[in-house]
Amino acid sequence: MTGLYTLLQINQLNNTAENYFPIGVQIIFAIGFVATMIGLSALVGPKRKTSDKLENFSSGIASHGNARQPMAVKYFLIAILFVLFDVEVIFFYPYAVNFKFLGWAGFWEIVLFVVLFLIGFIYIIKKGALQWED
Amino acid sequence: MLNTISFEAIKTAVQQWLNMHWGPHLAFIAECILIGLLVIVFFAVLGLLLVFMERKVSAVMQIRLGPNRVGPKGWLQTSADTLKLMLKEGLTPDGADKFLFNLAPFLIMIAAMLIMVPIAFARNFQIWDINIGVLYISSIASISVIAILMAGWSSNNKYALLGAMRSGAQIISYELSAGVAVITMVMLTQSLSIQDIILSQQNGWWIFKGHIPAIIAFIIFMIAATAETNRAPFDLAEAESELTAGFHTEYSGMKFALFFLAEYINVFIVCAVAAILFFGGWMPFHIGNWEGFNHIMDYIPSSIWFLGKTFCLIFLIMWFRWTFPRLRIDQLLNLEWKYLLPISLANLLLMTIIVVLKWYL
Amino acid sequence: MNVIQVLFWILSAMALVSALMVLLSKNPVHSVLWLVAVFFAISGHYILLNAQFIAIVNLIVYAGAIMVLFLFVIMLMNLNKDTEPQKNIWMKLAGAISAGCLLMILVSLIKQAPELQAKTAMMNEGGIGLIANLGKALFNTYVVPFEISSILFLSAMVGAVVIGKKD
Repeated sequence: MTGLYTLLQINQLNNTAENYFPIGVQIIFAIGFVATMIGLSALVGPKRKTSDKLENFSSGIASHGNARQPMAVKYFLIAILFVLFDVEVIFFYPYAVNFKFLGWAGFWEIVLFVVLFLIGFIYIIKKGALQWED
Repeated sequence: MLNTISFEAIKTAVQQWLNMHWGPHLAFIAECILIGLLVIVFFAVLGLLLVFMERKVSAVMQIRLGPNRVGPKGWLQTSADTLKLMLKEGLTPDGADKFLFNLAPFLIMIAAMLIMVPIAFARNFQIWDINIGVLYISSIASISVIAILMAGWSSNNKYALLGAMRSGAQIISYELSAGVAVITMVMLTQSLSIQDIILSQQNGWWIFKGHIPAIIAFIIFMIAATAETNRAPFDLAEAESELTAGFHTEYSGMKFALFFLAEYINVFIVCAVAAILFFGGWMPFHIGNWEGFNHIMDYIPSSIWFLGKTFCLIFLIMWFRWTFPRLRIDQLLNLEWKYLLPISLANLLLMTIIVVLKWYL
Repeated sequence: MNVIQVLFWILSAMALVSALMVLLSKNPVHSVLWLVAVFFAISGHYILLNAQFIAIVNLIVYAGAIMVLFLFVIMLMNLNKDTEPQKNIWMKLAGAISAGCLLMILVSLIKQAPELQAKTAMMNEGGIGLIANLGKALFNTYVVPFEISSILFLSAMVGAVVIGKKD
């Protein structure tokens, strides 16, 4: 655990799990910060809760029914396409780090990968899946 | 070199002092606490400064004065605003999911604070250099989408839910082209660590020596960054004229202030990342063999370089906000999926060819 | 017990409790958010195994992307109480039995695999989870599965468009 004692000193034992310790510390401090701010505000702020005040805001008119209505299917399409393209983007990271080592062979591998994605992409555009208005 | 007053020197001095007086264990704990407090103080100052800057910038662009009553030239306006928000009542609406409603501000601040970890503020001044730093930043940024959806859904408000859905769809869409733009730069450095990326720009920033693909990547990254932080012209998630305030419509008092703070911190973070990737972070500006000029540039502290570049980019993003009209959601998604994503992928392949052929310095 | 072991137990407890909460919470949105907590705990495990790249990718893809997809899908459905379908008792029983069978198979397989039992996890050592080594393996040894995965993505895209687009 010697790496821990020199938290501010960078690039020491850079590749070990112990170096993730600062992240834990940051989480604790973030929680503490938010809790203190909200707690302090609750302490000094007024507490006069009336039913009118606690109503949901809907520009002054009474709100109709539950807000949690079903959403359009377009959002789902965007989300699923995002998942697929996100995985594609993540595959690029190991390539980008290594590609000098991989040379032209690696380049053609990645070109094939991208081309297959582009076929899917063209299909999506042609089908009009990303057209917001029908 | 003027290293006596740099952040690096202060850091080493504090470290030495702590280790001398308290022994390694206590010194380590003290360091952790110091860093945590420093980041929080930095957040507070940054929030106050950026809100003030935004108001002044918008005032200048619209030929008016902006805040000018509280404090000299209005400098204390944002502090007064924060104090006012502090003294307001924090409401949780009746129909809301109480637990998630109150959890969302925590999550969004944790995400903002975690992204600060790998960012280098000055020479050798960084909380911790993660060896996959850039990827880490984008992973934590994708967590904040969940906080936004959580806030919007738990409010049980139609404006909030619609705003959250729009904002979620927008952030995830633009994350793709931002990610590809980042990878384009990683191609040049072959390392994801922030420290390595900055050090690789010793003899020139990537925007200058990365040829055309670097410039295209920069433009794409700035557009995507503006969209990811939900700022105008991409602010249709909180389009005031139709959705009141988007996902944080129901938040009041300090909880609202925290969302507001997180928004500005995110602006700072994306600009800091852009400064690191394209403009060399804290690297001073050097021109080839002009020894004298380079020496003068070296005299400017590295923290000034970093903050200067970052604030220039923040100004650029603010400039966007007060210049362009808001997009419609179909235009927004078309821009990303039909233009930015294919262009950035092609740009990435172009960059790969350039680097494989060793056409760069 | 050293620090790593303590962390391991804490993370395991976190993962199990959150996984239980995924099942037990009545509200599907709560379930999804507990699932995010599970993924965080699992990412913690990856970091303990020194598989940093996998840990971060787990966060991006699962906690970031797939959970957003889940949330969007849940928001597609009508979740108000009156439309909640009443689940048949037989359906519940069938679900419990089939899940129990799967669990039994898994447990018995692990029990019968001596090569698995003899191994201890590489805690905090070994570099295969680091991005550079992983990339070398992916683009040399496993390049065919990598290319095939892109065909899988292609079919997923087509599937999504066919389901999501009615005409």
